[in-house]
Amino acid sequence: MLAIAANDGVVRARQVARTLAQQCRLSLVEQTKLVTAASELARNTLVYGGGGTMTASLVDERGRRGVRLVFADQGPGIPDVDLALTDGWTSGSGMGLGLSGSKRLVDDFVLESAPGRGTTVTITKWGR
Amino acid sequence: MTERVPVLQIGQILLVSIQTDLDDQAVVHLQDDLTARIVGTGADGVVIDISAVEIVDSFVGRMLATIASLSLLLDAQTVVVGMRPAVAITLVELGLSLGGVRTALTLEMGLKVLERSRVLRQGPSQELAESGLSDEDGVRADPAGQ
Repeated sequence: MLAIAANDGVVRARQVARTLAQQCRLSLVEQTKLVTAASELARNTLVYGGGGTMTASLVDERGRRGVRLVFADQGPGIPDVDLALTDGWTSGSGMGLGLSGSKRLVDDFVLESAPGRGTTVTITKWGR
Repeated sequence: MTERVPVLQIGQILLVSIQTDLDDQAVVHLQDDLTARIVGTGADGVVIDISAVEIVDSFVGRMLATIASLSLLLDAQTVVVGMRPAVAITLVELGLSLGGVRTALTLEMGLKVLERSRVLRQGPSQELAESGLSDEDGVRADPAGQ
């Protein structure tokens, strides 16, 4: 488990994601997509969640292997999850592509959040 | 602790080559440094080499777009060179098209882009003829420029 408490945590999250993507033998394009999604979500954890953690693992399911990353924070949470997943919608100064964009970059994307209860985003990229 | 990316000057051009995985603070520093150097040197072109960059996320993408529009306001043109194919594919899927950012495949081609736009800025007839460039070479004014 990696702590994301400052800018260097976002850099570390990218490095961990890349290492696992290589271990999983993802293609270069798939690696790049996963690492980019990790970067977006780690930054969200830091900026909107007030810091948190990334838990990274290789998973085997139904004969396929993948990389799973779980981003968790204890921040204010997201009142309207559907709205937060809309392109261009932002509660901060960003461009509003972090959540919706990273969803497009991975195979599985699960967002759990409630006001006052923090946010957990779980993403998985499967090997082909 | 945050590192700073060196900004090199070659004649009228500022060259930045991003060689390491930058944290967000370093990205902001680079934007500020470049803006100050454009004004300080009177450079008319900026080349940002991202051939060593493994990912461009929305933060870095926004920095590139901001530098491109800032430099235009300061009478300089920015060209981003060397984007890796996997980075381009990911950017489009992420939803970032970087519409206002001029790109070239290599550093050499990027320098040519700047050279051509300099010739065009300096006036139509004389220098264009001397340089041997013409419309048939694909020379055109930057649509966002004028």
